[in-house]
This record gives sequence, C-alpha cells and structure tokens, in this order.
Amino acid sequence: MSGRSSLKSKLIASPYIVWSALFIVAPLIFVVYYSFTDAAGNFTFENIEALSKYAPTFLRSIWFGIEATIICLLIAFPLAYIISQKTEKVQRTLVMLVMLPMWMSFLIRTYSWMALLQDTGIINSFLGKLGIDPIHMINTEGAVILGMVYNFLPYMIMPIYSVMAKLDHSMVEACQDLGGSRLTVIRRCIIPMSMPGIVSGITMVFVPSVSTFYISQKLGGGSFDLIGDVIERQFQQSYNYNLGASLSLVLMVLILICMAVMNRFSGDEEGMVI
Amino acid sequence: MKIASKAYAALVFAFLYAPIAVMIIFSFNSTSSTSVFSGFSLEWYKVLFEDEATLRALYNTVILAVCSSLIATVLGTAAAVGIDKFKKGVARSSVMAVTNIPMMNPEIVTGISMMLLFVFAGRLVNEDAVLGFGTLLIAHVTFNLPYIILTVLPKLRQTDRNLAEAAQDLGCRPATAFFKVVLPSIMPGIITGMIMAFTLSLDDFIISYFTSGPGFQTLPVAIFSMTKKRVKPDMYALSALIFVSILVLLILYNIAQVKSEEKSKKK
Repeated sequence: MSGRSSLKSKLIASPYIVWSALFIVAPLIFVVYYSFTDAAGNFTFENIEALSKYAPTFLRSIWFGIEATIICLLIAFPLAYIISQKTEKVQRTLVMLVMLPMWMSFLIRTYSWMALLQDTGIINSFLGKLGIDPIHMINTEGAVILGMVYNFLPYMIMPIYSVMAKLDHSMVEACQDLGGSRLTVIRRCIIPMSMPGIVSGITMVFVPSVSTFYISQKLGGGSFDLIGDVIERQFQQSYNYNLGASLSLVLMVLILICMAVMNRFSGDEEGMVI
Repeated sequence: MKIASKAYAALVFAFLYAPIAVMIIFSFNSTSSTSVFSGFSLEWYKVLFEDEATLRALYNTVILAVCSSLIATVLGTAAAVGIDKFKKGVARSSVMAVTNIPMMNPEIVTGISMMLLFVFAGRLVNEDAVLGFGTLLIAHVTFNLPYIILTVLPKLRQTDRNLAEAAQDLGCRPATAFFKVVLPSIMPGIITGMIMAFTLSLDDFIISYFTSGPGFQTLPVAIFSMTKKRVKPDMYALSALIFVSILVLLILYNIAQVKSEEKSKKK
C-alpha cells in the first residue's frame, strides 16, 4: 500500500522531468550537434578547428574574469563582515541596499557608467573644475573590469554575508579568549568558517564575468573582445550558428571544469547559499 | 576602527549607487545629453509616457513575468514534492544535476542552446519566425524552475512526514492531506521562490535576447537595441521610475516583515 502511494506521489514530478528533458537537456544536445555539423547538416570538425583562432579571446575572458572575481572578493569580504556586525535592523536595511541595484536594468547601469567615465564625462568634468587634467578611462581594460566588478559585486557580498550572519559567535569569542589578535581571529577563524559563502560568491561572479558580452562592448569600446562578444556576433550578426555553438560548447566545458574544482571546496550538493 | 569601517561601507555603497544617481539626475535634464546637466525639466518623463513602443515592451515584460513565474511555481512545486519522495540514488542525483544546469551554465549558453532548439524545431515545421511569446515563455519558465525547486525542497525536508500520514489516518484522501497539511507548511518557500522567479524574469536580458523575435520584445531587449545608438534621458526616466517603485515595494515589504516578527515575538 505505502509502496503504491509513494510511486503515485513520485509521479507528480513527471511533468517537470519531461520539461527538463525537452528544454534543458535537449538544447544542450543541439549545442553539441551544431558544433559538429556545417550549415547543411553534414558532420565536420571545421568549427572545432576554427576555435584555435579564438584562443587569445578565451584567455582574455578568463583573465578578466579572474581579475574581476578577485577584486570583488577583496571588496566584498570586509563589507560583508561589517554588515554582519551590525544590529539586526541595520543589517536588514544594508542588505536591501546591496540588493536594490540588482533590480535595475544592468544595461542602463552600464550605460550610465559610460557617461561617468567618458573623456568629457562626469568624472572628468568634475576633475577639470578642480584643475586636474582629464584622465582617459573609457575603452580601457580597467573600465571593462570596473563594469564587471560593479555589476556582479552584490553576488559576492550576499553569499558571504549570509554565511557570516549565521556564524557561531561563541567560536569567534573562543578564538579571542585564546589570545588571538584581531588579524589572527579573522585569518584563522572567520575566513575558514565563511568558506562556503566565499566559494559560492566566487562562482557567482566568475561565471557571468567570463561569459558577459555587453559590458565589454560598452565600456571597452570594442577593443577588448571577450568570448561572449564573439558568440553573440555569430548568432545575431554573422548567423554562423555552427561556429557559435562550438564556441559555446568550449565555454560551457571550461566553466563546468572550474565549477567542479570549486565544488571540491564546498561539498554542498542541494543547498543554496543565499 | 569604527570610523574606518563606516567610511569603508560608505565608499562601497557610493560605488554601487553612483551610476544610479547619475541616471536619476540626468532623467531631469532639459537637453538630451547624458553627461552635461543644463537645467531641470520633466520633459523626458513626458516623452516616455508618449512612447508607445517602450510602454508596449514594459507591458510585455510584466505579462511574461507573471505567466512564467506562475507556471514555474506550479510545475516546480509539484516537482519538488515528487523529488522529495525519491530515495537517495542515481535517479535523485541525476534529476538534481539537471536542475542545477540552468543555474550553473552561463546565461549566454542557456540562451543560445534554447535558440538552437527552437530554430531547429521551426525548420522541421517550415516556420521561419518561431521566436516570439511562446519561445520566451518556455525559456523563462525553464530558468525559473530551479529557483522554485531549490527553495521548496528545504521546506519539504523541514516538514514532519508523519503529519501527512496522520491526516490520512484520520480519513483524509492523500490529495486532501497534501493541500491541508503539507502545502501550508511549505507555503513560505513557494512564495519566496515565486517572487524570485518573478524578479528574475522581469530583469532577464541575455536569455530573452536570444529567444525573442521582432514580434514580441521585452523591456530589457528594447533597451538593448536603444543603447546601441545614443541613449536619451527618457530611458533614464524609465529606470528612475522603476527604481523608485522597487524601493517603495522593498520598504513596504520590510515594514510588513518587522511587524509580523513583532507579532510572533509577543506570542
């Protein structure tokens, strides 16, 4: 009896299983299929061979992604710690302030940075009033990284904060009682305990940074092509779906490898740290 | 030290809000420049409310977010209830692995993979313009589903399994037991997931960009094609209005939360 009713209640997941087979698994199979065929549908290695041309773009994307992730981590960790030390009411307000920008169109916010960074933009005209020569900021590597850090910083702050807010304070006190200096307490006690949040933050910043295509176009002025830009062009301008698919396939595999490495550190399979 | 940490926090928040401040200030600009402020005017708000294409896109975005979050909530909650009954093993871990794919995969890959599926399916039925509301809806439901499942599953784990059995022993049919006992206890998870799905859907650009056609544009996609040229302050005006409405909603939500917490403390 109980066996039959539990089979019945498992069946309730079947619409979802069908849905995910059709719209999660099948599309990925199409990415593989398009990667290994030409426009007429014949099997070919051409797209994969063409990839070597894009090796520098891949390397640049990964490098920018790493830079943006490290900067985000350096900014977010102290801030998350500061927020977690406040009273509950203040914490709630500050968390709200961190999340609020994420609900605004990231396109408009990135465009708004253009207005700030331009040679005749807001920052430079402000500097001009102070008698400082304008600084060239837009269309540089720094501007692209800034755009990534700006857009994805909340994804780093939130998971680290939510782990820190639940930290066992008696552990921290024990660490202090044992004579740990402020730095030792942070290094030996708080950092290890917030590791799950840090790991989750790193993946949440790294993945969108590596694969972004808008930020680099707007703030890099087209001179810092990232892999996302190349993929976007294959689908929306040159209509070479097969090359685009093979580029996406490599991007996906690269990121899955990174994620697998990162997951070794956290080991939580079903939980979400938000 | 206290002052240092306050200054640090202020600095980070200034960074987060600088472009938003620029946006709000320049939405009141009297000329079409987005970097030189020449005087206060409400001109761009007027332009915005007369721009039918933008209002249409805003309307499309809201309709899509409502439909996709509702469908995803029903499908996802059912899925979570079923998955919760799965024993630990290959079946469960492969379903969970597939569920995680849309969250782990870069959005651009999710977007193009679905586009390839739709284009291929379109070729099979000899239809060139497959991309539209239907494909967008499928795409949004798909990326919303994991968020629903992953917020409902933990709630199910916290629910006492004996409760549903007790209800059945007392003569409830399994379905009634579910709606009367299990559903109320997982409701907070369902609602959190649905709100998350709704906001994700409102805000999504990358996946929508690849799965929408010229016939049905959402606001982020419309904004994208506008930012290819020079953006006029009417887009800033729109963003300022969105900012203010989200701010008000969040404040109201916080007040409600504080009040309900005070109530439960009194009990």
